[in-house]
Amino acid sequence: MNPAVHWFLHLAILRPIVFGLFGVNLHHRGRLPISGPAIVVANHNSHLDTLVLMAMFPLRLQKRLRPLAAGDYFLRNPWLAWISLNLLGIIPIKRGGYCRKDGDPLAGCVTALDRNEILILYPEGSRGEPERRAVLKTGIAHLSRRRPEVPVVPVFLHGVGRALPKGARLPIPFIFDAIVGRAMTWTKDRASFMAALETAMTTLAGEKMTPRP
Amino acid sequence: MNAVAIPLNAQLALLGVFAVLVLATFALMTAATIRPDRDLSELKLRVRSWWMMVAVFSLAVAFHRSISLIFFAIVSFLALKEFVSLVPTRQTDRLVLVVGYLTIPAQYVLIAQGHYRAFMAFVPLWALLMPSIGMVLVGDTAGFLRAAGTLSWGMMTTVFALGHLSLLLMLPASVNPAAGSAGLVLYLVLLSQSNDVAQYIFGKSFGRRKILPRVSPNKTWEGLIGGVLSSAVLGAALAPWLTPFNAGQGFFIGIAIAAAGFMGDATISALKRDMNVKDTGTLLPGHGGILDRVDSLIFSAPLFFHLVYTVPR
Repeated sequence: MNPAVHWFLHLAILRPIVFGLFGVNLHHRGRLPISGPAIVVANHNSHLDTLVLMAMFPLRLQKRLRPLAAGDYFLRNPWLAWISLNLLGIIPIKRGGYCRKDGDPLAGCVTALDRNEILILYPEGSRGEPERRAVLKTGIAHLSRRRPEVPVVPVFLHGVGRALPKGARLPIPFIFDAIVGRAMTWTKDRASFMAALETAMTTLAGEKMTPRP
Repeated sequence: MNAVAIPLNAQLALLGVFAVLVLATFALMTAATIRPDRDLSELKLRVRSWWMMVAVFSLAVAFHRSISLIFFAIVSFLALKEFVSLVPTRQTDRLVLVVGYLTIPAQYVLIAQGHYRAFMAFVPLWALLMPSIGMVLVGDTAGFLRAAGTLSWGMMTTVFALGHLSLLLMLPASVNPAAGSAGLVLYLVLLSQSNDVAQYIFGKSFGRRKILPRVSPNKTWEGLIGGVLSSAVLGAALAPWLTPFNAGQGFFIGIAIAAAGFMGDATISALKRDMNVKDTGTLLPGHGGILDRVDSLIFSAPLFFHLVYTVPR
């Protein structure tokens, strides 16, 4: 898409909504990837999560951001599909079981990483109960194994589920906390990678309260 | 044609604030050159945020009154948003929170149209009763009093109390021949903010005896007294220029604004301590959130408004 359109969307719509109507206390901004390829993983409670994560990145990286999203949900009608694919730049993911004939389920993600793009994905899967964490799914481990040199940056989002929980239609202004963790890379086996990611997310979740001096 | 819509004395006061900021910036740069070993990063952040705040505030008050009212409504919105984000809320109260937010445009329309009595009666009663009625209609009784009381408290402080700044701005120019209603707002904001700065400087330089150790360990008697004295002097010096009061009256008004500001500051400190956070937000680097910046006005704005409105001159 035309870069001017991207800039307009980012400066005139995305940022005013995320930082004006809502608000983000961004902790450890310096740990965000400054270039692609990278994988950003976050906990998932709200449709707003993706907007918040995208708004945290500078203008020059906007066109590289690729949120992973369920194809059956985000492509369910032509309008939503156009917005999802063209404005948000999602990589559609097939939910449920995979058959061999479906081909490589991660092909889209791997190609994107090879194009130096930044994936945004939610290992918890679908949006969970507001402000509750869910078990992490292992798709991220498969992806990291395929591209072991790509940094995986965990981000913990707090409070977004208050503003627009699953099932709600009316967003309410709240300020969120976004806590960026240190980049991690593939640990050479799935179990230890998932354990490390789980630990990282738990640590970030515990960092929410700013301690008094 | 003159685009600036405020009286000359008010313009001069704004210029004075910019002059002070330039001086502060130069002082900081000099300090950084003479003593490169000292860490001045927090002070630098603070001064940079002051530049931003003074610029936005000047633009907000210098032109059309409707711009000023929209600015104050946004400040109320940001403050209420910080408040409800800080405190626990119940998922069942989503709709009640929306009505709480909608109180802000309603209040500022009342102020803009000069409905003084409606403001004074409607807003506090609404802030008190609406959360209760809303939450009763929703029907969730677990944690009812806590949720209703919390929202009422937030609306009273961030919407009603801060609304007095706009009320002051809407007073007829005849109340204050020296500098108009903008002069009154400037006098109040200038004194409140300079009192915060003076308290900070005196506290950092001479602070020894803690005044409220369990609420805010950084506040000291030395800081409070330094702030009150400098506010008294500044209040006396500026009163004849910006207000209908004489220097003698200004002296005592300065003391009152400083004392009220201290209470507002300490009240938000108590809230933060209760919620176990250091700052109310990160909107203003070096200062914290917007509530951290306007906390003193929560108490001093209603006080000063009623001083102007009721005290015979």
